[in-house]
Amino acid sequence: MNLNFLEFEQPIAELKAKIEELRMVGDDNEINLQDEIDRLKTKMRGLTESIYSSLTPWQIAQIARHPQRPYMFDYIERIFDGFEELHGDRAYADDHAIVGGIARFNGRPVMVIGHQKGRDTKENIYRNFGMPRPEGYRKALRLMNTAERFKMPVMTFIDTPGAYPGVGAEERGQSEAIARNLLVMAGLKVPLICTVMGEGGSGGALAIGVGDRVLMLQYSTYSVISPEGCATILWKSAEKAPLAAEAMGITSDRLKELGLIDEIVPEPLGGAHRDMDTMAETLKQVLVEQLVQLDGISTEELLEQRYNRLMSYGQFTSQ
Amino acid sequence: MSWFEKLMPSRIRTEGGTKGAVPEGLWAKCPGCSAVLYRAELERNLDVCPKCAYHNRIGARRRLDSFLDPEGREEIGAELAPADPLKFKDSKKYRDRLTQAQKSTSETDAMVCMRGQLQGMGVVVAAFEFKFMGGSMGSVVGERFVRAADVAQEHGIPLVCFSASGGARMQESLFSLMQMAKTSAALRRMADRGLPFISVLTDPTMGGVSASLAMLGDINVAEPGALIGFAGPRVIEQTVRETLPEGFQRSEFLLEKGAIDMIVDRRDMRDRMANILAMLTNQPVPEPKREEGAPQEQEQQQPVAPEESEEQQ
Repeated sequence: MNLNFLEFEQPIAELKAKIEELRMVGDDNEINLQDEIDRLKTKMRGLTESIYSSLTPWQIAQIARHPQRPYMFDYIERIFDGFEELHGDRAYADDHAIVGGIARFNGRPVMVIGHQKGRDTKENIYRNFGMPRPEGYRKALRLMNTAERFKMPVMTFIDTPGAYPGVGAEERGQSEAIARNLLVMAGLKVPLICTVMGEGGSGGALAIGVGDRVLMLQYSTYSVISPEGCATILWKSAEKAPLAAEAMGITSDRLKELGLIDEIVPEPLGGAHRDMDTMAETLKQVLVEQLVQLDGISTEELLEQRYNRLMSYGQFTSQ
Repeated sequence: MSWFEKLMPSRIRTEGGTKGAVPEGLWAKCPGCSAVLYRAELERNLDVCPKCAYHNRIGARRRLDSFLDPEGREEIGAELAPADPLKFKDSKKYRDRLTQAQKSTSETDAMVCMRGQLQGMGVVVAAFEFKFMGGSMGSVVGERFVRAADVAQEHGIPLVCFSASGGARMQESLFSLMQMAKTSAALRRMADRGLPFISVLTDPTMGGVSASLAMLGDINVAEPGALIGFAGPRVIEQTVRETLPEGFQRSEFLLEKGAIDMIVDRRDMRDRMANILAMLTNQPVPEPKREEGAPQEQEQQQPVAPEESEEQQ
């Protein structure tokens, strides 16, 4: 099994392996295999398109967690210039699961904040698998207040399994740290654009996810609890995660339908990790458009709109 | 039997521990000190054990009833009822879970809000009903809380919330998560208008509720021994793979760690909150009007289920 491909992508992986083989043979021999290679490439593209046109929510959750999926620093590199990372919450520590700093976005200073996962085991331990502790949220809060002071728009990038469930995190007030961010973001006097890049895991995601615009990459997910967690509690078995993913409606298209997010950022064929540059370029264009829209709104109006939007969340009946 | 137990005279020896021969309803065994208590007396004592001060969980209506002055109460958002936007179904339909919870609690959802008076001072109070799907926060809870905050702002009076919740309601998925943002935004407005919000955390306050409105009090209060935290103890145990220290995530632990301002005994709640609110709103010292200890109406108390374990995130 090719580990660069997910289970449901294995037919694509097989075709790819065949193409590689032909290429090798073609290099060694005089025979021209180019026609055959082209034929297989077209076939591979068709197959990818067909698989990706009918993904289940659970399959999308796997793409969102793909170990090669672009992370925060991949986007910082490609979308922003002159990034200066700012560290620490000034009270306890620097959390490596959330990174942030000032950077230029098309020449304009902005504050960027986002979760960072690691690519390998060592990095993942350093980044705590993208699961922040309270100091991470407090660093984010500090940076947002700095942004407000210098009138910089804030762009957040979400990709976390959730806030870290540990003894120390509880002792230092994980709940309060998340809650405080929600309260402050609701009234922050600068434009706030939040993008879910991969996993939008519950309160740990929302803690940097309250904004004037909430965007989701096409194959990202956003949910109140992980499909595994939901399945464990409601179906009494983590194996039922695919069912839970289906029932909770965690995908970008479903959440757009429900009016909970504003825009879906399309991903390259086969997911963001197949072509990071194109992904970053597309995302940048969307961010430019959104920021232009928000720039046209006075601060007062911006806050009013943000508040009304928050108040509109929820569905109930009224007799 | 150990040598020590053998030494004890038989009349003070406890046999077997659990001998549930007590008829349901008349007597209650205290989960704290195992004392057998006359239920009527326990109720008169606001469901706090007179021997060891163990705080039993109480429902939303009873809470409001024991906290507010009897006159001039007005319920807020009673007309709201839950919807099922996702047509959610696990082993059971969300619709059916709702119907069942509504039947067993006589509430439409997991929160009751009222405007009323506390020792003569105007106040809006919200209370979670834990028996309604573990007090989980969905769209109705969020909306009622916001409306309660709106009424408080309209009248320029404080807001008090008694939380008891497992967290966000999974069956409303991301709608539930967004209630965290919604309720927190409403509290920002309260703060902007200079109105106090007192959060009273009762057993248990976890997950999305603790990570939003419940931790945002100008003053955070807890009842003794309440379980309060973000992640549930079992989840943490599975993550860190060690047993948790005694008293972890209990009120006393939170006080020690600086997360809450104080622990207040339920029987003193009215007086202490009135005292605090009067200072925060710069009013004269309030006069306790209520006759000693007696709750307003002797409500028919439903048999208490030993442990409601509706787990939420």
